[in-house]
Amino acid sequence: MATTSEIGVHSGTISISFAVNGRKVTVSTPPSRRLSRLLREDLGLTGTKVGCDAGDCGACSVLLDGEPVCSCLVAAAQIENCQVTTVEGLEQCSRSGGRLQKSFLIHGAAQCGACTPGMLVSAAALLDHNPNPTENEVMDAIGGVLCRCTGYRKIIAAVANAYHMPVERLDGGQNVGKRVPRLDGEAKVRGHEIFGADELPSGCLGLRAIRSPHHHARFRFEDIDAFVLKHPGIKAIFTAKDVPGKNRYGVIPKFADQPVFPEHEARFRGEAVAAVVGDAVAVESLDVGDFPVSWEEVPAILELETALAHDTARIHEDRAENVLVRGRVVRRDVERGLRESDLTAELEVETGFIEHAYIEPEAGFARRVGDQIEIQACTQSPYMDRADIAAILGIPPENVRIIPTAVGGGFGSKLDLSVQPFIALAAWKLGVPVRMVYSRNESMMSTTKRHPSRIKVRGGCKRDGKLVALDFAADFNTGAYSSWGPTVAGRVPVHASGPYYVPHYRALTKAVHTNLVPAGAFRGFGVPQATIAQEQLYDELAEKAQIDPLEFRILNALDGKTPTVTGQVLGEGVGIRACFEALRPAWNNSREATGRFNFSSTRLRRGVGIAGMWYGCGNTSLPNPSTVRVGLKPDGRIALHQGAVDIGQGSNTIVAQICADAVGAPIEVFDLVSGDTAITPDCGKTSASRQTFVTGKAAQMAGSQLRKRILALAKGCECAVIHFEDAELIVEEENRNIPLALRDVPMDQYGYVVTAEVTFDPPTKPLDENGQGTPYAVYGFGAHMAEIEVDVELGTIRVLKVTAAHDVGRAINPTLIEGQIEGGVAQGLGMALMEEFFPGKNENLHDYLIPSAGDIPPIESILIEDPSPIGPYGAKGIGEQAVIPTAPAILNALYHALGIRLRRIPATPDRVRTAIIASQKKGDVRG
Amino acid sequence: MYIRPRSVAEALSALSTYPSQILSGGTDFFPSLGDRPIRETVVDVSALHELQGIFRATNEMRIGGLTTWTEIIRTPLPRCFDCLKVAAREIGSIQIQNRGTIAGNLCNASPAADGVPPLLALDAEVELTSSEGVRRIPLSEFIVGNRKTLRRADELLTAVVIPDTFRDASSSFVKLGVRRYLVISISMVAAVVLVDGAGCVTAARVTVGSCSAVAQRLRSLEQDLIGMPVSNCDDRVKPHHLSVLSPIDDVRATAAYRREASIRLVQRALQLCT
Repeated sequence: MATTSEIGVHSGTISISFAVNGRKVTVSTPPSRRLSRLLREDLGLTGTKVGCDAGDCGACSVLLDGEPVCSCLVAAAQIENCQVTTVEGLEQCSRSGGRLQKSFLIHGAAQCGACTPGMLVSAAALLDHNPNPTENEVMDAIGGVLCRCTGYRKIIAAVANAYHMPVERLDGGQNVGKRVPRLDGEAKVRGHEIFGADELPSGCLGLRAIRSPHHHARFRFEDIDAFVLKHPGIKAIFTAKDVPGKNRYGVIPKFADQPVFPEHEARFRGEAVAAVVGDAVAVESLDVGDFPVSWEEVPAILELETALAHDTARIHEDRAENVLVRGRVVRRDVERGLRESDLTAELEVETGFIEHAYIEPEAGFARRVGDQIEIQACTQSPYMDRADIAAILGIPPENVRIIPTAVGGGFGSKLDLSVQPFIALAAWKLGVPVRMVYSRNESMMSTTKRHPSRIKVRGGCKRDGKLVALDFAADFNTGAYSSWGPTVAGRVPVHASGPYYVPHYRALTKAVHTNLVPAGAFRGFGVPQATIAQEQLYDELAEKAQIDPLEFRILNALDGKTPTVTGQVLGEGVGIRACFEALRPAWNNSREATGRFNFSSTRLRRGVGIAGMWYGCGNTSLPNPSTVRVGLKPDGRIALHQGAVDIGQGSNTIVAQICADAVGAPIEVFDLVSGDTAITPDCGKTSASRQTFVTGKAAQMAGSQLRKRILALAKGCECAVIHFEDAELIVEEENRNIPLALRDVPMDQYGYVVTAEVTFDPPTKPLDENGQGTPYAVYGFGAHMAEIEVDVELGTIRVLKVTAAHDVGRAINPTLIEGQIEGGVAQGLGMALMEEFFPGKNENLHDYLIPSAGDIPPIESILIEDPSPIGPYGAKGIGEQAVIPTAPAILNALYHALGIRLRRIPATPDRVRTAIIASQKKGDVRG
Repeated sequence: MYIRPRSVAEALSALSTYPSQILSGGTDFFPSLGDRPIRETVVDVSALHELQGIFRATNEMRIGGLTTWTEIIRTPLPRCFDCLKVAAREIGSIQIQNRGTIAGNLCNASPAADGVPPLLALDAEVELTSSEGVRRIPLSEFIVGNRKTLRRADELLTAVVIPDTFRDASSSFVKLGVRRYLVISISMVAAVVLVDGAGCVTAARVTVGSCSAVAQRLRSLEQDLIGMPVSNCDDRVKPHHLSVLSPIDDVRATAAYRREASIRLVQRALQLCT
């Protein structure tokens, strides 16, 4: 082994000495090894996250001699004698680190936590020499770190106010309604949280997938044995023939159509056809281009139009015209409604694929324990994973254990399997642990996306603005496999009216296969796309009726008595009108100010737009129960088994807050038990904005039951206060204290003194052939107002402010709800202005753009609390609700600014400019 | 093989011995590697501290090849370097500016390299050193195509040299991208304008990047600006001045848009020089 102080020529490994977090270390490493790998894999400092390996996301930022750098771009040889500071050492090695970490917690600046280490490190470099930065200085400092959850505003506030933090109030009492710092936050800001790629059992093998470079191709393996022989360290290759059970899975069993590996034909670019397993080093240094497979490219179906043509080949034999499924909601007679309308309008909208772009690429490991397989990976749906893996391996579900890690962002895509089938199969067959970590590139090319859509809407209203009819038709490109296509096709027709009373209605949808990456679940299941069309149409109708767009919406807003388009009368908890009314003062001021601005400005034009939203919480007309178990431990603490995976949205905290109040216990006595399928009952998937509502409700019921049982045990009255300090509870009644010594009470099968387990399934009713029925028990409502400025010469759009009013029923934790809203606005902004995924063209985070810290304007959240009679303490969902109205509000603002509407979004500068030129030619640009 | 020379001489000897790839800040090296293994010999020049920093020489400024964008931002420089400093702030992010070097930016020769238009506008020359000697080439000749330069495999870009010609000129840089940070330009323009006592242009350089395989100087415009009052320069810009550009359609924008938007950017860059 040579050292760098000698001639400087190395093959193999070198010895490098440097200081990490103030500690001198010497490591033996290949000189070109990325510092990020060295820190994570060799030194176990997994607080530093890897998001892209290309300097595009900044998640791996560390301080190198005090300056932030992307550790994925630094070679090991380059840090000889340097000082490296990672998130784990930020508190002791930087002046502001500890303060910043605390500020992040108080401000709710960490959601999933995957960008948090990079953010903290970058911000510390700023604050260490500038403790009172301006907002712009903060943005410059964190501009190189992407975040997909928070919308950046709480991060900016946390950094700017790190030296002016609000004083914490630690009063007891109720938890619901309080800004409780997230219970898993400490681990996230200190870099101790375990994500999918953060643990590595000893002796673990690595796995890489061989993926199709073509949209559609037949393939043939060549001499695989020779390949294995030629590559020392490679242990095994797995292909379709190695799948012991069903080589077919899917999130909706009825439509399961995706193979672990296809046999002869890849149906989309990025589909895995084989897996290479071997020693970590051998697998890491493998050039997958050397794998012995030959491809024969065959014609691919890439467009909806082609897919739907009668003479087109079928991607799946049993699906005529490549239609996976159709959706339909029809109420009364839409043609008659349109005839009877005084005013009508129509428009068409096309949207493209949108990438989830969570900062944590998919990762995990599997190991075989006897006749059981254990999978520790990032997922939004442990029990669904369990069922699919069991079928793939041909073993009973009880023999599959899913251990969900912290999830570095999901937004719907981590509902589907990614690494799990590969690592499960390899670990099952080889009997040793096997790990897989997706590269950003393979994550983008192979995991699900938001559905591209082609939408046509026609609508009519009376002269007074009362809506009469809406005719909605949408085709969704669902890609090569079913994933959540049926859910999108089913949810959209229920929601395409928006939160308004529409007497005559028809909404027809199709999910259509193409040879592209599967489209699946992405925050809103197609409703964001539908709302872009519907809310712009209503603006058109408002204009024709010469009614202010906001007042038009108020006039038509649903209330508790008017039926929805599925004939459901919602009764209590319909807060949409309140949302619009809450925006009225800001709306009127801003519309007026905008008029004044535009009067004296030609190059810059401003506009203000609005859009409304409603969204059903939970599965559409299908059972989706959550079971929560809560147990009183002999030491007086309470174990909360809640299987709602926290993907950053905050269910770990929300569910605990709800349960704590139901028990009447301080939140500090709760110990969270994760969604590990071996120890925690099924709380369903984290999707459909159902966890606060469904799991929260189950937690409330379980908490109440636990309280009753404790009181029964102590023979206390119902209004007693229980003190949970230690192994002896005190049940305090008006005139006496009853001690309850827990060690004297026998433990139950779970090891608890008292256990309560409750299942809640929201009451819904099936939809009939016209989509009439009760699809959801609870809906969330909201409206966003966007103020924008357009550079007319360049077609660039800057969003100046978003004001978001949401009826959340009951704000269990206002900070977390604001976090959801701000993150939703950021994703909506991205959808409106910059995001479109082109398979094969922008499978990375420098060609596929998501908003950076500098793109997100101030966001004002207005929380309306019109309680749901069913939700826990009246609460409704907020996760998906938050993203839906932003894009249409921005597009309506664009119309307000310049009188243009785009058929195709995102509204990139070239498209906006083209539309401006076209309207100038027609002479109808607003002067 | 991985070589980390301690002196320029060692580096040159390595480059002349092995077919190799040069690594300095790593901001292009690692992204282009992706998840493939390194197969070529790597010459890591990051320890050549003699190539770092900005120095005044006779009638010129020398920017060492390994000078990072952060150093360029932090070093006090004559007014004409404003365009380079603004461009430096637009390169990727602070993380990238802390590592990326000026030589790397030029040798990588991306059509969208933010460093190229300002340096081109400053009439920069590159100094290429090999064990056979030193040669200087105008930057305008050095980059010959998309990711192609005249650097021979045995040469190291040791310095970027900026003549004092425009020392007191005003300069500007404008960048158009779809988001605020970490963004590859749709188009970008650098302008350097030297005026006489009456406020009329005596010499000008206007360059456009991201709209051709190699960033271009708008020579006909530069010519037409001479004698113009600097405050009226933007009015002189006509579409034909940009005919040397050959933009393409890509995921960021259409060619037609790039062409039109670049006219506006040129006008704005010139306005900023007043």
